[in-house]
Amino acid sequence: MTDLLFARSQMAMSLAFHIIFAVVGVGMPALMVIAEWRWLTSRDPLHLELAKRWAKGTAILFAVGAVSGTVLSFELGLLWPTFMEHAGAVIGMPFSLEGFAFFTEAIFLGIYLYGWKRISPRAHLAAGVVVAVSGALSGAFVVCANAWMNAPTGFRIVNDVVTDVDPVAAMFNAAAPSQIVHMTLASFAATGFAVAGIHAFALRRGTPHRAFHRAALQIALWVGLPAALVQPLAGDWSARSVAERQPMKLAAMEGHLKTGPAAFVIGGWPNLETLEHTGAIEIPGGLSFLLHGDSKAIVKGVDAFPPDERPPLAIVHLAFQIMIACGSVMAALSLWGGWRSWRRRRGHGVALPDDRRFLTAVVLAGPLGFIALEAGWTVTEVGRQPWIVQGIMRTADAVTPMPGLVVSFAVFTALYIGLAVAVVFLLWRQILKTGVSQTPLGLTSELPIPTPGSTASYPTP
Amino acid sequence: MAAAATELAWTLPHAVAGTMVLSLNAYVLLGGADFGGGVWDLFARGKDRDAQRMLIADAIGPIWEANHVWLILVVVLLFSCFPKAFAHLATELHIPITVMLVGIVLRGSAFTFRTYDSKRDHVQRRWGRIFSVASLLTPVILGVCLGAVASGAVPIRSIESLRTVTFGERFIDPWARSPFPWAVGLLTLVLFAFLAASYLTVEATDDRMRTLFRRRAQQSQVVLLVLAMATLMIARAENPLLFQGLTQGRTALTMHAITAIAAATSLWALATRRFQVARLAAAAQASFILWGWAWTQYPWMLPPDRTITELAAPRITLEITLGMLAVGTMILLPSFVYLFRVFKTREGVE
Ligand code: HDD
Ligand code: HEM
Ligand code: HEM
Repeated sequence: MTDLLFARSQMAMSLAFHIIFAVVGVGMPALMVIAEWRWLTSRDPLHLELAKRWAKGTAILFAVGAVSGTVLSFELGLLWPTFMEHAGAVIGMPFSLEGFAFFTEAIFLGIYLYGWKRISPRAHLAAGVVVAVSGALSGAFVVCANAWMNAPTGFRIVNDVVTDVDPVAAMFNAAAPSQIVHMTLASFAATGFAVAGIHAFALRRGTPHRAFHRAALQIALWVGLPAALVQPLAGDWSARSVAERQPMKLAAMEGHLKTGPAAFVIGGWPNLETLEHTGAIEIPGGLSFLLHGDSKAIVKGVDAFPPDERPPLAIVHLAFQIMIACGSVMAALSLWGGWRSWRRRRGHGVALPDDRRFLTAVVLAGPLGFIALEAGWTVTEVGRQPWIVQGIMRTADAVTPMPGLVVSFAVFTALYIGLAVAVVFLLWRQILKTGVSQTPLGLTSELPIPTPGSTASYPTP
Repeated sequence: MAAAATELAWTLPHAVAGTMVLSLNAYVLLGGADFGGGVWDLFARGKDRDAQRMLIADAIGPIWEANHVWLILVVVLLFSCFPKAFAHLATELHIPITVMLVGIVLRGSAFTFRTYDSKRDHVQRRWGRIFSVASLLTPVILGVCLGAVASGAVPIRSIESLRTVTFGERFIDPWARSPFPWAVGLLTLVLFAFLAASYLTVEATDDRMRTLFRRRAQQSQVVLLVLAMATLMIARAENPLLFQGLTQGRTALTMHAITAIAAATSLWALATRRFQVARLAAAAQASFILWGWAWTQYPWMLPPDRTITELAAPRITLEITLGMLAVGTMILLPSFVYLFRVFKTREGVE
């Protein structure tokens, strides 16, 4: 592999790793706050226990998000110095705003995690709300920066020099609104489904703490289902935005190989030479209709672009299909759940947490949100290739002159694998195994949440 | 170098650069003390070593995430307001920065894992070991990077010289050839340890701990003074221009004088067990060392030949960034006050 390929792989790995924790950092605070709010309104200790347990998981994941995010901000320079040299002044604004959002988030997360006994319950809840809001904002800001790479505006290039910089226009670029909405929904959908999956698993397997897991499942579904339901609409908005600004990416992700009225292609493997699909199901006119409301409308295909401006077609198409598949299943599950609870209200059927078939479906759907998330980012980033800034700068021109990037790639790969193993091990050890199944309910004081002055977290000989 | 700059010019780029030093200052005082805490964790000895570790962890616990954002702020300001400098440093110092990142990752995650891993077994002790070793390594590398820049070892090269330069000359020599960056690295480490020990005298809840960390603060202060002298000597031998900047001119001398006064105050306050004063003096001493470095560099951002003004981003970017900093500060300052009020005062403990 070349240095460029190692740089790209390292960036992709770092982002794919970070995004998991970033999304959890947006989604979990919402769950925590809802649980705590329900405790304040119902005084049911179950909900307090839930809030504390979720807070603990969040703390572990947040720390990994923070360190992996720190790595990313340096990596932008370590791997793509030429890109940053030209783009830094243009898109610095969302990054600076993001910095403030992190500050707010970190400060209030500290207060939330360690302040259970130090501030009033209301102040504590308010701290949680601030964490949730600033988490969502920091995600939105960084997505603005990414959207700018897809729809660069707010500057001019004269003789290879960036001039007429307008950071505000760059931040509010045309691709930002749809990406922000889609990304924020994705955060709630992915976190909600994953958490729901875990608790549904416990309920299905049978647990002495049904009430606890029911409460958890309910809250997680309330966060995940609505987000997953509207996500396809937001995705459609994103697709129109891509069609307008990055027709090449659109053609690649939809597998639309030849210019003309476009079918909606499901599955299939694109052949780069002949520009034909093997093994695809096509809905004639489907894509033209989705984009323009007219099944005869002409859509630019891959053949409209010179070979050196095409992204790797198979990866982009496959990733897109995976996202759509996950999104469709999740939306269908949301519809089912909504219908069931509507019927339940009118006195038919059983409550969702008692419906084994529904629980099974939720368990199986647990990882889908995160899979869709990674696939979606692959579409966005790989689909933009060979450009790092669409139509302006090629990725090959942005990479660092530092040779031997295989070393840094190996180092970070090892580091991330180690971190991932450690996180899974810890969550398993702490949250699942020594979890509720061994703690009598209501005895929240047994929780090993460290508070200053406590010995709960420390080894004694 | 600094001898050339007789007065300070207050332009936009200088305002941003000043803010960056301010932010680095906050990182040194807050994040630096967290690193120092990790160092003392490593050196915790004796019967009550677990009590020592607990005190350290409690002091770091609630606020390390917030402390560490100061570094991110410095990086973000650097790449949005001085993109050329950022691109250049990230290229030439690729290797030490990568090592520093590994240290930051291991330290932050190991600390959290240890805190939340409530099983008291060997696994938890292993997190603790990673945490403290990474706390030792990271400040050294941070100092090495700053020292390399300060000594003018990371200049922007001309296109022609880039063609002939070897890998070693370009990517290794700037930080590995001269002992000066390493002296600065050690100085940084000891400074952080000193800060942590000084703060811990105040944080300590019982007399034994207070006495222990008082002794540690005194010891590290002495090492610090010796190292500072040694660094000056190295500068004199290696880099006369840098030495001149460090020692000539009224401002440089004033900074040295204030640093010395702060150091003396700290020693006196520790001796007389005035711990609050000792903490303030330690913070002042660290801050003046940092600002002394900044002043030595002024007006250069990348010595020996690129000034702050030359490397700055377009005016509009600087204006917007400063505007946002002002608004952001209005939100953040009360939040920080609240954070410290909740955790760093004795009232409110149940
Ligand atoms: C839970 C996660 C999730 C789910 C269920 C979906 N997506 Fe998605 N999608 C993302 C998570 C995501 C993402 C990871 O968040 C991306 C990457 C960049 C972005 O803005 O959002 C994304 C990008 C993305 C893009 C590219 C945007 C760009 O390159 O600018 C399109 C066209 C779609 N999505 C379309 C859809 C459609 C039609 C879906 C309907 C089923 C769908 N997505 C479900
Ligand atoms: C967190 C979610 C993200 C994921 C999973 C992701 C994924 C990827 C992937 C797979 C690549 C490699 C593409 C290739 O080389 O074929 C890449 C490259 C890159 N991404 Fe992203 N990305 C994310 C968000 C962002 C954001 C928010 C930014 C910047 C603001 C960004 C900046 C870059 C840069 C600079 C590169 C390298 C140049 C390039 O290959 O185009 N990414 N990312
Ligand atoms: C779309 C992609 C991204 C999203 C949605 C996102 C979101 C977040 C969120 C919510 C956090 C808070 C930490 C947590 O909750 O775990 C975080 C942390 C962080 N992110 Fe990202 N991020 C993305 C990509 C990036 C990129 C490309 C960079 C680098 C420039 C970056 C830099 C950081 C940093 C420095 C932190 C640490 C903040 C702290 O210490 O609290 N992120 N990110």
